[in-house]
Amino acid sequence: MANPSGIGASVRRVEDARFLTGRGNYVDDINRPNQTHCILVRSPHAHARILGVDASEALQAPGVIAVFTGADMGADKVGSLPCGWQVHFKDGTPMKEPPHFPIACDRARYVGDIVAAVIAETRDQARDAAELVMVDYEELPAVASSLKALEPNAPIVHDEAPGNVCFDWHIGDAAVVDAAFAGAAHVAKLDLINNRLVPNPMEPRAAVGDYDASSGEHTLYTTSQNPHVIRLLMGAFVLGIPEHKLRVVAPDVGGGFGSKIFHYGEEAIVTWAARKLGRPVKWTSDRSEAFLSDAHGRDHVSHAEMAMDKDGNFLALRVSTIANMGSYLSTFAPSIPTYLYATLLAGQYKTPAIYAEVKAVFTNTAPVDAYRGAGRPEACYLIERMVDVAAGVTGIDRAELRRRNFIPVEAMPYLTPVALQYDSGDFAKNLDIALPMVDYAGFAARKADSARRGKLRGIGLSTYIEACGIAPSNIAGALGARAGLYESAEVRFHPTGSVTVFTGSHSHGQGHETTFAQIVADRFGIPIENVEIVHGDTSKIPFGMGTYGSRSLAVGGSALVKAMDKVERKAKKIAAHMLEAAETDIEVKDGRFTVAGTDKSLGIGDIALQAYIPHNFPLDELEPGLDEQAFYDPKNFTYPNGCHVCEVEIDRDTGVVEIVNFAAVDDFGHVINPMIVEGQVHGGLVQGIGQALYENCVYDEDSGQLITGSYMDYCMPRADNVPSFTVKYHEDQPCTHNPLGVKGCGEAGTIGASAAVINAVVDALSEYGVTHIDMPATPEKVWQILRQGSPAAMAAE
Amino acid sequence: MPTTVTMTVNGKTVSREVEERTLLVNFLRDKIGLTGTHVGCDTSQCGACVVHLDGNAIKSCSILAVQAEGASVTTIEGLAAADGTLHPMQAAFKEHHGLQCGYCTPGMVMSAVDLAKRNPSLTEQQVRQGLEGNICRCTGYHNIVKAVLAGADAMQAGAGERQPAEMAAD
Repeated sequence: MANPSGIGASVRRVEDARFLTGRGNYVDDINRPNQTHCILVRSPHAHARILGVDASEALQAPGVIAVFTGADMGADKVGSLPCGWQVHFKDGTPMKEPPHFPIACDRARYVGDIVAAVIAETRDQARDAAELVMVDYEELPAVASSLKALEPNAPIVHDEAPGNVCFDWHIGDAAVVDAAFAGAAHVAKLDLINNRLVPNPMEPRAAVGDYDASSGEHTLYTTSQNPHVIRLLMGAFVLGIPEHKLRVVAPDVGGGFGSKIFHYGEEAIVTWAARKLGRPVKWTSDRSEAFLSDAHGRDHVSHAEMAMDKDGNFLALRVSTIANMGSYLSTFAPSIPTYLYATLLAGQYKTPAIYAEVKAVFTNTAPVDAYRGAGRPEACYLIERMVDVAAGVTGIDRAELRRRNFIPVEAMPYLTPVALQYDSGDFAKNLDIALPMVDYAGFAARKADSARRGKLRGIGLSTYIEACGIAPSNIAGALGARAGLYESAEVRFHPTGSVTVFTGSHSHGQGHETTFAQIVADRFGIPIENVEIVHGDTSKIPFGMGTYGSRSLAVGGSALVKAMDKVERKAKKIAAHMLEAAETDIEVKDGRFTVAGTDKSLGIGDIALQAYIPHNFPLDELEPGLDEQAFYDPKNFTYPNGCHVCEVEIDRDTGVVEIVNFAAVDDFGHVINPMIVEGQVHGGLVQGIGQALYENCVYDEDSGQLITGSYMDYCMPRADNVPSFTVKYHEDQPCTHNPLGVKGCGEAGTIGASAAVINAVVDALSEYGVTHIDMPATPEKVWQILRQGSPAAMAAE
Repeated sequence: MPTTVTMTVNGKTVSREVEERTLLVNFLRDKIGLTGTHVGCDTSQCGACVVHLDGNAIKSCSILAVQAEGASVTTIEGLAAADGTLHPMQAAFKEHHGLQCGYCTPGMVMSAVDLAKRNPSLTEQQVRQGLEGNICRCTGYHNIVKAVLAGADAMQAGAGERQPAEMAAD
């Protein structure tokens, strides 16, 4: 009988008990004895020389303990925040990598750049005193947009990067692509912007530094998706703390979406200051600070061209993208618009030739790095918009054009012209499932009905494929990663048969405490209640790379399986000894170890007990204990894929776009917990819809001030902005190279949704001659089109 | 000037010295140690800090602690029954996977309870509009809406409103 809490069951979440009763343990809930509070003085200017910092008045304020500047940290030889990925120029020279100190020393380079840290007895006292810190700024010209940063006389963000170019990189064979264009029957062209976003996990970042002078141990509690990565980067590169004296704890973390992957200066500041002062130091971001200082996402400006033959077969794709890096290189920033973007430009299509060039640009804005999907939404959006434009050019139905160009399931594994080898996927099947879910065939009738009610109606498709399960260390290393990207797990059976799993993955909403426990319960035939999942504390777990890139199950889950394999092998030896049988005669099923052909058997619980009471073990051959650790390094990326269909209705009077139907079909390989997977899809879809219709991070072009710096200005999707969804998945194309056959589900919704929405909006507006609209398709933007009755003004914008 | 404020929190009378500028949410988190009520923004937009004040949902970042003098406050910690049995709305959030990272959850649940109390027969549209002041970044709201509809039904069915559990105030 199947384990009711095993693989495939929608087990209700273990973690909910504490979250629903207010007993979560987030970083801001942590208070250490004798704790002090830190408020950061941030630059109000996008670009300014720091001529001096006068803290004398602040130091006299009630409760103030210290005011630290960049010079103070410099005197202690605090290092630059490191970048974890090196990308090269086309000519092979390495990217420009200017230093990024936790507290700016000579120049502030964006609004929000840290200039001083005020430490006081209470947060209010620190906040009051921060207003008294007098910084002498010499304002400098600033540049916020990537295009303007490339203009000849643009202000220079870093002297090390002439022309503000961080790197100018490319992939693919330009000559082959040029030849294909020369022979093309049709060419479709598209200019598009992938708008800048602020990730906005609901929990703002926070950090508490603590130092034990007697042991010399530092502890950092931080809102991180990957505590070991922070320990490595901060310990080795910034503060020079050996790893055995640095503990990093990422307890309950209230969402990340990529923005909590990176090592931020605030973490180094509180850790360093705690030692300096001999007291714990706590910093909690407020939302306004989060808007200014969390790493942002997206911000691409692209031109793309697709060559086709007369039947609409894709011959070649040519893409040129300018990516805004912001003011400094965040931890993984260079990899996002390159190896996580351009390598996905084949999408689900057998386009034989692809060439992409990416120019990464420094500006006086917050750093830009991974945000849910990280490069892959940008790729998917570009391809899927391009395909719709191509459908317009060729006059071929949009679904049919996609179908005609899909990589067929028989062609798997498939090597794309941009370096990835897809292992599995049946793209036509996804489309076949999706279209009936929205009654694609009946769209014309619904459109007519909308028209009778005075409304416009449009339908849009998108298909996506993403490289997840990040990442095979050897491939990542060859592409410039300065880290390995394996994952770790330890499975510890206790004498009475319960299990603690220590995972290097981190859960900040994904529900690993449930899903990972299901995998263990399934393997050993034990109830989920007997399994505890521990994550997030470097003093407990083995070295792990954490959670991002939809990697936890595909990589961390595989490490868990490997550790369970080892446990089972050991348990088999113990069973053989106890049952006085040959090890080769022991058969294992659902945690029972049976001597083949007999009724002699032991459960895993009996074996665990014996493992810790080894009274008669042959100790030369069999050591006590049942506790195994494994590291898993994937052989390839995983390739989740799917098809989204969005149907919208547009109010002619207001320009409001309403999503009236949204269906998603996904291939995530095998699914452990359908309830959790569907929840991940729902949340991902709304982040994609948010980008398409609502969210936009805007800086003032001239001053570099952040215009959208709060929830009053940055439009987060709310419950009444979005519909309920119809989602389906199939398990017919499991991942071929990991033991669970899983692909990952965390980013899929976000990757596919934006293009489906915009394709639907453009379809609805097509009678106005619209062939493209940049995100977000706000009511104002749509209304302008409707009011003018022609797209010309928009195109000129 | 520090001043003393006294109120009932989750059924227990508490009295603390606060600065006049102290917000109710900071009073609950920092003075009483009830960290279930969260802070997600600084413009009273996100709803992570919603508690019940004399039976009505309010954003506890939008009033001062001194304004709650003499009031009765229920936080997420006080919603379940004294024996630990979840409130029907809490139970519905668990059953329908209406939470992921858990950060918006306390405010979302407190808002949902209030919404359900005020509207005996909620529709999906009413739930979506009623939760407009609570931002969730994880769930896409789909399962929150399901949970609130189910929780409201369960409350109607009589599992209903309970007395706030006695909370250890310190």
